[in-house]
Amino acid sequence: MNIPAQPMATSSVSVGSGESRVSKAKDKVKMNAQDVKVFYGDAQAINGIDLDIYENEVLAFIGPSGCGKSTFLRCLNRMNDTIDICRVEGKITLDQNDIYAPDRDVVLLRAQVGIVFQKPNPFPKSIYENIAYGPRLHGLARRKAELDDIVESSLRRAGLWEEVKDRLDQPGTGLSGGQQQRLCIARTVAVSPDIILMDEPCSALDPIATAKVEQLIDELSESYTIVMVTHNMQQAARVADRTAFFHMGDLVEVDTTDQIFTNPQDQRTHDYITGRFG
Amino acid sequence: MSNLALIATLLVMMALAYHLGLTRSRAVAAEHDVRMHSRPGYYGVLVALWCGLPALAIFLLWSFLAPQLIDMLVTQQLPADMVAGLSDRELQTLLRRVTALANGQGVAGGGSPEELAAAGHMARLQTIENFSLVALMAVLVVVGLIFARRRISPNWRARNQVERVIMFALAASSAVAIFTTIGIVLSMLGEALRFFSFISPAEFFFGTVWNPRFSTAGSASQGEFGLLPLLWGTMMVSTIALLVAIPVGLMTAIYMAEYAPPWLRNVAKPVIEILAGIPTIVYGFFALIVVGPFLSSAGDLIGINIRTTSALTAGLVMGIMIIPFVSSLSDDIITQVPKSLRDGALGLGATKSETIRQVVLPAALPGIVGAFLLAASRAIGETMIVVLAAGNNPVLHANPFEAVSTITVTIVNQLTGDMDFASPQSLVAFALGLTLFVITLGLNVIALVVVRKYRQQYE
Repeated sequence: MNIPAQPMATSSVSVGSGESRVSKAKDKVKMNAQDVKVFYGDAQAINGIDLDIYENEVLAFIGPSGCGKSTFLRCLNRMNDTIDICRVEGKITLDQNDIYAPDRDVVLLRAQVGIVFQKPNPFPKSIYENIAYGPRLHGLARRKAELDDIVESSLRRAGLWEEVKDRLDQPGTGLSGGQQQRLCIARTVAVSPDIILMDEPCSALDPIATAKVEQLIDELSESYTIVMVTHNMQQAARVADRTAFFHMGDLVEVDTTDQIFTNPQDQRTHDYITGRFG
Repeated sequence: MSNLALIATLLVMMALAYHLGLTRSRAVAAEHDVRMHSRPGYYGVLVALWCGLPALAIFLLWSFLAPQLIDMLVTQQLPADMVAGLSDRELQTLLRRVTALANGQGVAGGGSPEELAAAGHMARLQTIENFSLVALMAVLVVVGLIFARRRISPNWRARNQVERVIMFALAASSAVAIFTTIGIVLSMLGEALRFFSFISPAEFFFGTVWNPRFSTAGSASQGEFGLLPLLWGTMMVSTIALLVAIPVGLMTAIYMAEYAPPWLRNVAKPVIEILAGIPTIVYGFFALIVVGPFLSSAGDLIGINIRTTSALTAGLVMGIMIIPFVSSLSDDIITQVPKSLRDGALGLGATKSETIRQVVLPAALPGIVGAFLLAASRAIGETMIVVLAAGNNPVLHANPFEAVSTITVTIVNQLTGDMDFASPQSLVAFALGLTLFVITLGLNVIALVVVRKYRQQYE
C-alpha cells in the first residue's frame, strides 16, 4: 500500500509509524477531557466526563441511543457551538491547550480536529472542488499543481482515487452512498487534521461500503488519531484500539477493546455488550 | 320567481333531501337488520346531490341559453322594414333598448311603438321562460329525490359515490382557473390580431417611435405604434428595481435565515412582508410626492439633472416594493439547504460567512434565481408606480434620470377616456397586453423550471 506523504503536515503526527496497536495505546495524551458537562437548555446530556485520548489510537464510543456519545464527540471540535441552546462546561484540551478558552480560534480548531458525519454530506460541487474546498479555505496550496497533489493524495488515502480519477469534474452528489462517505473522509483528510472525529460513519452504508470504510479507518490510524461513534459493537471490536462505553450521559467504562468485550468491569457494560439492553 | 329565490328554494330542498336520505337509510338498516355499506350521512348527502345537481345544471344551462333564444324570437317578430338594413351592431343596440323596456326601465327617447310592442312580446316570453324553468326544476328536484331515496339499500355505495362527486367538484374548480386563463389569452389574441390588421407586426415590434395620434373622426393618419420605446422603458425601470431589490432582498434573506436570533426573525419577517401588502397606488404617490422631489434635489447637489418623475424614481420605489418577494422566497430557499451541508463546511474549519458564501448560497442558487425571476416578472407587470412616477415619455433614450414610459402605463393611457374599440389606438392595448403576458409567462416558466430542478436535488 503506497501512502503518499501527508501534504503540508503541520502537526507532530508521526507519519506512517510502524508501531503496533497495543504499544500505541500507551502513547502520549493527545486530547484530554476533565469533568465535561453538556446541557441542552435545562436538560443535562452529559454528566461530567473525564477521558484521555491518545495520539494515533482508534477510540470507539459505544452505547445505547441517546447516551450522549455523539454529543460528547461533537464537543471535541466544538461543533456543538452551532446549536444555540447547547452549553458546555468543564475543560477539554488539545495538546495541553484548552479548546474552550475564550481566545481559542474555533475555525483553526476544526481544521486540526476534523469531523465526518453520519450521513454523507458532499457539497453540491464537483468531486475535485469538494476536496479542494478545505485546503483553499486554509491556504494550504499556493499553486494549482499543489492543490492537484493534495486532491490526489487525499483521494488515495480515502481509497477513492482509482474510482473517481477520470471524473473529478463530476458532481460529488452523483457518487454512491459509500463513495460519498469516503469522499467526505477524503475532504477531511485534505485539511491535514491531527484528529478525525467520525459520528457513526457507516450507519447509512451497506455492508460492502462499510467494510471499505472500516479498512480505510484502519489505514488512516497510522497517521491520525481517530475517535468514532458507532452503534455497531462488532465494528468497534474490529477497528478500535480502545472502546469507551457511554450510558445515560455517563462514561461508564473505557479500556482496550479486548478488555471491554471480554472482561467488562461494570455490570452495565456487560449487559449492553451481551445484548441485555440497547 | 327571481333567480335568488330559486336557488334559495333549491338549497332548502337539498337540506330536506339530506334529511330524508338520512332517515331513510336508518329505516332501511333497521328494517333489514343489516349494516349499511356507508354511514347514514353519506346517503343523505347523495340524495341531496341527486335532488339538487340536475336542477342546478338545468338552471345554469337555461340562464345561458334562454336570453339568446328570446332575443332570436323577438327579432323575428320585429317588423321587417325595421330590421332591414341594420348592421349587427345596430341590431344589438336595438335589442338592448327593447330589453330595457321589457324590464321596465326607461330608454332615451321613450321608445317607438314598434319597440314597445317588441318589449311587450319579450316580457311575455320572459314570463313563459321563467315559469317553464321553475316547473322543470321542480320536476327534476322531485324525480331526483324519489329516485335516489328509492335506491337506498345496504349495497348502495354512497360513500364511494360522494367521494367521486367531491373529486369532480375539485376538478371543476381547478378547471375554472385554467379555462379563464385560456379564455383571456384567446380574447387578447383575437383582438391583437385585429390590431395587426391595421398595423403590421414588423411595424409594431420593431418600430422605434410611439406616437398613436388619437383618431378624430375621418382622420386618415393612424399614428405610429413602435413597441421598442415602451419595451425599453419597461426594461429600464425593471432593471433599476431589480438592482435595488436583489442585493437588499438577498442580504435580508441571508441575515434572517442565518444570523438573526429567533425572536428578531419572528418580528422582522412579518414586518418586511408588510411591504408587499402596501397597495401599489400608495407606493405610486409616495414616489411622486416624496422620492421624486428628493432625488431631484439630491441630483442638483451633485450637479446631475434628475427629473422628478423619471425611470430612476419609479425603479427605486418599485425596487423597495419587491424587496419582500426576493427576501421571503430566498429566505425559504436558504433555510431549506440541509444543515448537514453547513456542518460539513464548518467541520472543515470554514467561518460562518465562508460557509454561507461558498456552500449554502451555491446550493441555494437555482432557487434564488427562481426568486429573482419571479420578482422580475412582478416588476415588469407593475403599473401604478410607473403611471405616477415614471413621467410617461415614450421616447427611446438611455438616460435613467429622464422620464420614460412603460408597456403597462401605455395600456392605461390607451384605455382611459373615450374609446372606440374598432380603432388601432384602443386595440393596441391588446397587442401590448399580449406582449407583456408573453414576457412574464416566459419568466415564470423559466423560474418554475429552475426551482423544480433545485427541489429534485434534496428530495
